[in-house]
Amino acid sequence: MRITRQYKWALGMAVLAMLRAESAFAHAQQGQAAGFLTGLGHPLSGLDHVLAMVAVGLWGAQLGSPFIWLLPVAFPLVMAMGGMLGFMGISLPGIEYGIAASAILLGAAVMFEVRPPLAVAAILVGFFAIFHGHAHGNELPMGQSALLYSMGFVIATGCLHATGIGIGTIHRWRWGQTLLRVAGAVVAAGGVFFMWKAFP
Amino acid sequence: MKHLSVFRLSISATIAFAVPLCPTPALAHLNSTGMGPIYDGLTHFLMSPEDVVPVLALALLAGLRGASYGRRALFVVPIAWLLGGLLGLRASATNDNVILSSIWFLLLGGLLAADAKLSLRVTTVLAALLGLYHGYLNGSGMGASGYVAAALLGLVFAVFVVVALPAAFVVRLRVAWARIAVRVAGSWIAASGLLLLSWATRRG
Repeated sequence: MRITRQYKWALGMAVLAMLRAESAFAHAQQGQAAGFLTGLGHPLSGLDHVLAMVAVGLWGAQLGSPFIWLLPVAFPLVMAMGGMLGFMGISLPGIEYGIAASAILLGAAVMFEVRPPLAVAAILVGFFAIFHGHAHGNELPMGQSALLYSMGFVIATGCLHATGIGIGTIHRWRWGQTLLRVAGAVVAAGGVFFMWKAFP
Repeated sequence: MKHLSVFRLSISATIAFAVPLCPTPALAHLNSTGMGPIYDGLTHFLMSPEDVVPVLALALLAGLRGASYGRRALFVVPIAWLLGGLLGLRASATNDNVILSSIWFLLLGGLLAADAKLSLRVTTVLAALLGLYHGYLNGSGMGASGYVAAALLGLVFAVFVVVALPAAFVVRLRVAWARIAVRVAGSWIAASGLLLLSWATRRG
């Protein structure tokens, strides 16, 4: 890959613009950035979330169109419904079991390259999205912006899906298909570990 | 054409981005230039996600539908925002209604995620309502100081830019996966709206 002179100029101008920064006078609402960063970090702070979200992307990439785009579009919306329950203080039994089970089943789906009908895949992923969303929504820190916290964890979740899809592009090669199955096995093993930990 | 290697570019970029990470206080003395209120309005909009995100969603939606939709949104949203702001200046201070804000997120994010085939007329109505509502809230929150008109002008300028850039970017997208990525952004916006709605209803 080679970079043209135009890109060099564009980068230079971008840096100059940043060096010319003025102070912002708005600051009408304090604590917003903290809310966004907390939300952004929440899905990344638990390996169980990370494994399951990356597995969604891996599975979508394995299954190809339309799964590859339907799952990442549907997941945040259903996850938000789970988050809604969490925000509203409505408890959901067996959250930790649900999250661990999501890693086990999604990992197994990748490992065995399961190809269900579109509706079945969407329902399975959506069902587990509720558990993940509830865990995020239930842990909104006091005093932080709910909107930016929500945006943070939705974006972080989407980025984890994108990571899975990115890794999943190796599916076009034979060795890649094998490697993806191994990755699915690792996710499922992680899920078993978290399920074991969830038991009292 | 002269080229840079990726390695050299990455080193230059790392250094260039490290320098702005150690900023010194900005002594811009905007009072002397008279531009302060304009920047106040501009930055207020850019730092208010409740305002920026619905505008962004509308711009992306209009961009997905095509250049004529983008052009319509580009002029209708800022003009409606200005009108709403002027109306708001005459009103007493109004508190932002979080439930209505979340409904804007849900509506525009949902339409974007579904890649809804709206008519130009419906898009225009949506753009006008969005501008009037948010402009009114901004205007009513500005108080009665002498420089609010300049602040409103800065705000409207920021709205224009936030509509223009994303819409123009999306209009040019032809690759399927890039258009799907825009729809994924819509689902994120709708999801955030749903969460905001639940938080608002819990708060009572």
